[in-house]
Parts: sequence; structure tokens; C-alpha cells
Amino acid sequence: MNQLLRKHSQEVEKILANYPPDQKRAVVMPLLHLVQQEDGFISRERMHEIAEIAGVTATEVASIVGFYTLFHDAPGARIKIQVCTDVACDLRGARKYLDGLCSQLGIKPGETTEDGLVSIEEVKCLAACDHAPMFQAQIGDALEYHENQTVERTMDWLKSMIASMKSPALPNEKKMTDDGGSHE
Amino acid sequence: MSDLFLLRHRNIEGLNQLSIYLENGGFKTWKKAVTTQKPEELINEVKASGLRGRGGAGFPTGVKWSFLPNNIWPHYVVANSDESEPGTFKDREILEYNPYQFLEGLMLASYAVQAKDAYIYFRGEFWQIAHRFDERIAELTAAGYLGDHLFGTDYSLRIHTHLGAGAYICGEETALLESIEGRLGQPRLRPPFPAVEGLFGLPTVINNVETLTNLPVIIGEGAAHFRSVGTEKSPGTKIFSLSGRVKKPGNYELPLGTTFRELIFTHGEGIINDAKIKAIMPAGASSALIPATDVALDTPMDYEFVPALGGQLGSASVIILDETVNISDLVKDTVHFFKHESCGKCTPCREGTYWMSCIIDRIVSGKSKKEDIDLLLTVARNMQNKCFCALGEFSTTAVVSAIDKFRADFEARLES
Repeated sequence: MNQLLRKHSQEVEKILANYPPDQKRAVVMPLLHLVQQEDGFISRERMHEIAEIAGVTATEVASIVGFYTLFHDAPGARIKIQVCTDVACDLRGARKYLDGLCSQLGIKPGETTEDGLVSIEEVKCLAACDHAPMFQAQIGDALEYHENQTVERTMDWLKSMIASMKSPALPNEKKMTDDGGSHE
Repeated sequence: MSDLFLLRHRNIEGLNQLSIYLENGGFKTWKKAVTTQKPEELINEVKASGLRGRGGAGFPTGVKWSFLPNNIWPHYVVANSDESEPGTFKDREILEYNPYQFLEGLMLASYAVQAKDAYIYFRGEFWQIAHRFDERIAELTAAGYLGDHLFGTDYSLRIHTHLGAGAYICGEETALLESIEGRLGQPRLRPPFPAVEGLFGLPTVINNVETLTNLPVIIGEGAAHFRSVGTEKSPGTKIFSLSGRVKKPGNYELPLGTTFRELIFTHGEGIINDAKIKAIMPAGASSALIPATDVALDTPMDYEFVPALGGQLGSASVIILDETVNISDLVKDTVHFFKHESCGKCTPCREGTYWMSCIIDRIVSGKSKKEDIDLLLTVARNMQNKCFCALGEFSTTAVVSAIDKFRADFEARLES
């Protein structure tokens, strides 16, 4: 029995309706997003379920997970911090900011803290070049932008996030955080 | 900044709410088009306006639309909201603050080519923005601006969103189509062009967010009004994303043909710490490096004059470098970017970006001999005109121009 279909039949129907009936494989990416939102990553089992719905092989689904950097096939850290160090951000101190953040957390880019809560990655352009240094946080499938950052500011935010995760009620983190990054 | 076509939300607070967009004339052009105008009238108006695609290539939009064959149906329109070029952050501002004008533009483009389904392809990082658009599309459907038999006519239109997942290559229009279809984001061989065989193998128009956002102005107020700013061959305004070593980075909507000097020193308020400006990248990481001479600074930013400087206007993401920057560090950034984003389909790009990254790392770390600079140049030159799509070609642009114009910066890094 396809658990994904059973549990999310309405969402799956809605996604299917977005594409022509003879183009079912187009549902692979929206379904991967749905699963990641629910589970935080995409397991083998879910890949098989998606493949069944989309009418493709599980290998094809896995190849898509592998190709696109925002899809994860393992749980990873609860809070994935992705710092942009690309050209424009680098010119405004992003690398120094990244180094400072890493030394505060005692990890290197690509690593996860020992408690499994926080990981740091270097990523490329997030379309926020005028508000560097900045990072995006991926929590489940939700993405938040945090702009105009300093190491202190990020650490304060992280501490409050970690505190709320350790408390029994998980926060419903879906707010886009602009951190004062006005476009005016 | 009073005559804004695109960043109108800077003068009208709350323009990202439907009620306020409607109060300010929103969707009047849409209703008028569907109820009183023939699709060809829209295409002709856009052709007359001279609007050129704002995503990078600068191809005339009306001409692009007219390539769709009238004997193959259905037609599709796809909005390219995959904004990913390093240094580009203009579409994000439109999508967050002036979303309805973009949607009205997408709707007008759909009507012009008689598409009944349109897709918006968002880069995966715009997760939150995409969710807001799902709500806005539902809101417009409930209000009767989208859906079946619009305003009592035979015309129906549905808009769908599709979220990417972190791949720069999907900004390339055929890779974007592959991605919607549920495949790896790798470019297709052209021809056939998307106008003939596009999404799901059917005739498709793909336009950038900023391009589409111009349409309510052109169709609502006429081509002549649009042409009242800009230059003869590059009419209208353009959003310039200014970043790098300037005091006031940000988006600036200015007439095409504005000089680099005005953008950098008047709007951007000059260089951080009043340092000396060194070079300009007018089109993000894909740019050639243009030495910031007086001639360059006084060059009008449009689709004709920037190429004369050896660069491209592209999506007008203007990155400024000053004397504190060693150009070899910058080239390291651009090469690593393209290596990471190469889709792996063609060998020159996949292998070339890898070898360029190895060599530039060696140079920057001070472990190189002089020969490495020429070796890097040779690898880049050997990739040119051999890559499957523009990504591979663009990966060489900064490298070749940097070694040509700023070789001393590389030599300063060599093993002593």
C-alpha cells in the first residue's frame, strides 16, 4: 500500500491536477517537496512510492534527488544553515562571516554539530547580494532568508531556535525572516 | 525615481495586496484585453514597444511570441522565476512586493499566444514566495480574474507554480522545461526551439519575470509611453541590481542607456571607503571584467553599448570591484560557482570547469609557477564554442577577460 498516497491523497490529487494527465512524471519534484516537508528528508521507501505515483522507476526518482541540491536523502541536521559565499557576497565579507560562524560552532563547512542540530554549508547566490552577509536556513522543507547578518546576530538566533527545539512543543517556523533587510 | 514602470511598490504602499493593486488600476488592462482585444493586437503592441527580454539575452519579446505555430495546440507560457545569476536580485523584489503586476503580465502573455495553462517556475530557494503565489492564484481565481470563461468569454486560463530545488542551470530555458517535466535539469539540443517544441513537446513561450512585469504598462498605456524612456534600440527602463564594493547596493530602476557612472556614483553613492574603482562586471558571474576607465564609466548601459566594451548587459546585475580586490580571488569564486553548477551533460563544461578550479586554486594559494596562468587561459579558450549550452561558455568569460586585463593580479600570487 502506498503510504504517501494514503496519507496525502488530497495533496497528491492537487499536484496531479497541475499537469496534463499524460505527463505524470512532472509530479516527481512537487511530491519530493511534499515528502521533505513532512519527513525532513526523502527515504528510499518514499522514493518508491513517488515512483509508483509518477509512473517512473525508483532509480529515476533517486537521480532527481541526487541532482538537485535542496533535496536530501538522509536526515541531516535539524537546522541546515546555508551561507552564500559567492562573488557579490564575498565582496561584502561573507567569507569572514562564515569563518567566524564556523569557529563559534566548532565545525567546518559541510559538517554537523555533535548534537546533530546544526550544519553549515557554503552555497552559491541566493539573490540577496545587496544584504550580505546572509544565509538561508532549511528546516524540514521550509526555507528562511536571514539577511544583513553578523556572527553575533546569527548565534543569538540559533540559540533561541535550539532552545525552542529542545522544548516539547516544536515551533511552527514558516515565517520569512527579513531581519530588517528593507528594499528601500 | 518617479517614473517607475516596475518597482511601483516603492511609491505605492501595500501594492502586494490585491485590493490595493486593484485600486491602482490593476487588472483593468487584463479585462480590457480579454473582452475587447484580439491576441494579435497584443503581439503587435509588444512588437511596437521594442521590449527586449530582461533575463539576459535581450531578444525582442513580441518577435519571440510570433514564432509560435498556429496549427499546433495547446500553447504554453512559462515564467522564468529561477533568478540565480550571482549578483541578480531584481526578480525577487518584484515577486515579493509587486507580484500582481507580474501576474497580470503573465496573463497578458498567455492571452496573446492563447495559452490556457501557464506555469511559473520558481527557484527552490523561493519556497516561501512560491507558497504565497499559490494563495494569490487561488485569490484571483475566486475573484474571477483566472479560471474558466473569463468575463463571460470563451477564454480560460489557469496558472500553476512549479518549484525547483537548487540548480542554477534550470534558468536556462530548455533545462527549465526538463525540470518541470520531472527530469534532471539539463539543457536540450536546439533546434527544435521551445517556440515549436517546448513544454511537454508543445509550442511554448518562456519569459523572464521582469519582462512580463513590463506588459501591463505596454499594453495598458501603449508602446509610445513605454518608448518615452530608454533608447531607440533598448527602450524602457531596466532594473539594475547593484552589488559589490559600493556604499549603497540595491535595485535601481533606471532608463536603459543610463551610464555606469550615474548608477555607481549617484545611486550607489560611490565606493566603500572612497576607494578607487577597479572593474565592473555588468552581468553577474557570467560577465567579462571591464576595467573601470572613464570611457567605461561613461558608457550607456544598454544592449548595444555594453557589448562594445567587450561585455554583455545580461540581466544587468552590476558587480563593482575596487582596488582592494585581487582579481584572481574573484575568478576563483566564479570558476567554483560554475564548477558546482555544471550539469555534467557535456564534457567540455564538466571537465573544463573542474580543471580550471584546480589551477585557479593553485594560483591563489601561491603554489604556482608562471606557466599556470597560461595553462588556465588555455583550458578556458579550449572550452569556448564547444560547450552544449551557455553555462559552459559563461564559465570562461571572467577567466579570459581577467587574465587579459588584470594579469598582474595573478602574477602577484605566484610562488616567489
